[in-house]
Amino acid sequence: MIRTPLRPLARVIEARKHGENPDGIEAAERTKRNLATLQKTRKRAEARLTMLGLLFFLGFAAVGGKMAVLAMSEPKEPRMALSNSQIYSQRADIIDRNGTVLATNLITTSLYAQPHIMINPEYAAKELAKIFPDLKLEKLMEQFTGKRRFVWVRKKTSPEQQQRVHNIGEPGLLFGPREMRLYPNGALAAHILGGTGFGKEDVRAAELIGVAGVEKFFDARMRDPAQVDKPLQLSIDLTVQATTRRVLEGGMKIMEAKGAAAVLMDVHTGEVISMVSLPDFDPNDRPAPLVKGDQSDSPLFNRAAQGVYELGSTFKLFTAALALDKGLVNENTMINTRGPIKWGKFKIRDFHNYGSQLSVMDVIVKSSNIGTAHMAKDIGGKAQKKFLGALGLLEPTKLELVESSHIKPLAPSNWSELSTMTISYGHGIAATPLHLASAYATLSNGGYKVEPTLLKTDSDNLHGARVLSGETSKTLMRMLRNVVTRGTASFGEVKGYSVGGKTGSADKPKPSGGYYDDRVIATFAATFPTHDPQYVLVLTLDEPSIQAAGEKRRTAGWTAVPVAAELITRLAPVLNMRPEVAGSGKVQYTQVKN
Amino acid sequence: MRSLFYLLCSAFVIGLAYWAYKENYRTQASLRGVKELQQHIAQEKETIAVLKAEWAYLNRPDRLRDLVDLNFKDLRLIPLLPSHFGDSEMVSYPGPDMFNINTPVRVISTDPENGKEWP
Repeated sequence: MIRTPLRPLARVIEARKHGENPDGIEAAERTKRNLATLQKTRKRAEARLTMLGLLFFLGFAAVGGKMAVLAMSEPKEPRMALSNSQIYSQRADIIDRNGTVLATNLITTSLYAQPHIMINPEYAAKELAKIFPDLKLEKLMEQFTGKRRFVWVRKKTSPEQQQRVHNIGEPGLLFGPREMRLYPNGALAAHILGGTGFGKEDVRAAELIGVAGVEKFFDARMRDPAQVDKPLQLSIDLTVQATTRRVLEGGMKIMEAKGAAAVLMDVHTGEVISMVSLPDFDPNDRPAPLVKGDQSDSPLFNRAAQGVYELGSTFKLFTAALALDKGLVNENTMINTRGPIKWGKFKIRDFHNYGSQLSVMDVIVKSSNIGTAHMAKDIGGKAQKKFLGALGLLEPTKLELVESSHIKPLAPSNWSELSTMTISYGHGIAATPLHLASAYATLSNGGYKVEPTLLKTDSDNLHGARVLSGETSKTLMRMLRNVVTRGTASFGEVKGYSVGGKTGSADKPKPSGGYYDDRVIATFAATFPTHDPQYVLVLTLDEPSIQAAGEKRRTAGWTAVPVAAELITRLAPVLNMRPEVAGSGKVQYTQVKN
Repeated sequence: MRSLFYLLCSAFVIGLAYWAYKENYRTQASLRGVKELQQHIAQEKETIAVLKAEWAYLNRPDRLRDLVDLNFKDLRLIPLLPSHFGDSEMVSYPGPDMFNINTPVRVISTDPENGKEWP
């Protein structure tokens, strides 16, 4: 670039020649130069601004574009954050107290049909009916040839069935993955587990929803994605449960009972170790509830936690407990047993005549209604009601089962003196075997309130509020032991386990009112070992009878007690309890060295 | 000088671009690998779940009891009863240690014919 000087010599000389001021030239030149600089700067600034604008535009366009893309695209989890557990399993497992699986999930396939893409619907229907015998050919035919575009054929199929369906070669038969709930132990613990059903169904997946038992009670927890990896641990011991069910089933058959229930409970924690109700069902294939008739005849009915029965003489112990605890009597106080007691047109009598008086101990051992009624009269209805309430016999239990959560024992609304007397020996009040078990657990463990639970607890001593004194508890255990050694439950003796218990036989109420003569509920509530109670067993037989010693026997001493004794014989070793044989524990070993 | 600077700069930018390109593809490849692995893990987990379920099913108490009954001849198992508990008294006090039966022992006697040790 050639730079023009401010005072070009040629023009200055020319100007001097003409006598002009050369400064004018300089000024003009300077102006020209300034103008050029100005224009140049302006251009550059403009270019810069354009550039900057362009940059801003690009920036905003990038942000806007990304937003548009985000708005238009399908939402998707970031790949790295995908947790493994979500890929399968949408329901937590259930395990027993030792970790054995009680319920788990299995992936199977569901089978559905799309009739509009079927090539030979008639043939497919015939073949399907062969593979699945429970499907009706006519119904399949109707579904496949009708106007529907989608038909569920089977919700669960096994791999073998799936292969056979593939072999039909029909393109309109399609499979989808499907998670199913498996109860590997079948009918064992059926009433506790309950069962599951499918909720919202889709071709790709289906919701698994608890429909009964703990499955329903803990439904939200089981489906909670945060806890799906952690199995739910129950207090049930599968081995004990299996043994209980087997022995109870055998006992029920021998005693010709139409139903049976057993509850085994830890007296300190209230953990239910086993709970069986017969007849039962397979939770893998849950039967439909009865549409008509008595629901308590359905196998779905849990006699142990749902069945409200008059439990008869087992309640006598509560009367004795209260009388002892209040200091009204001691175990040797003589009670008037002359009968029958008349109350209006109502008479209270005993099974046998026990003479004019018995000690409190013998009232329980011989199971005298009259003696218990006299004790109850001294105690009074108010105190009795309060005590039964404190034992939890007037309210639903807190057991974690949906079925039992609303089962309230039946007690008279008007607690008259007559009801006080009949309730003292277990008539006019009805509770579930589970209620009885927890009340007996409270009496056995030294007098602390027990809440039954189905969940395993870690702590050994979950003692609730004190209901009665430890001294009373010990006396009661002696009484229970005497019932077995020389009373109504003499068949209940199991060598080495010091079983104590109280029998109860109550006539079954007729639906029309009044009581049957020949139908009883036989109950045996046992606790063992009595010198250091660990477990409470309540066993109930519905309408038992056995031909023994020349006549038909129905009372608990002949029916429920022998079954319970057999059960304890089998259960105690499984529960890690050593029998106490005479001589054991007395031998001392001294190590001698010479 | 300036052109050298430009050259270096552009070379640097090209290098960076190449690096970014490579990293991008490497990331995508490892993401694919992770996805495959996760599918694999899911499959394995499913297998484990199936095996666990099968194990539980095969070990159900009813089946075990039937198996025990079937194989009574070999197993001789009966339900655990209170009489099966032993007592420490029933175990005899251990005697003195036995010598090792594998060590050879020399048995010596006298030959009745010539009065020498034999053998």
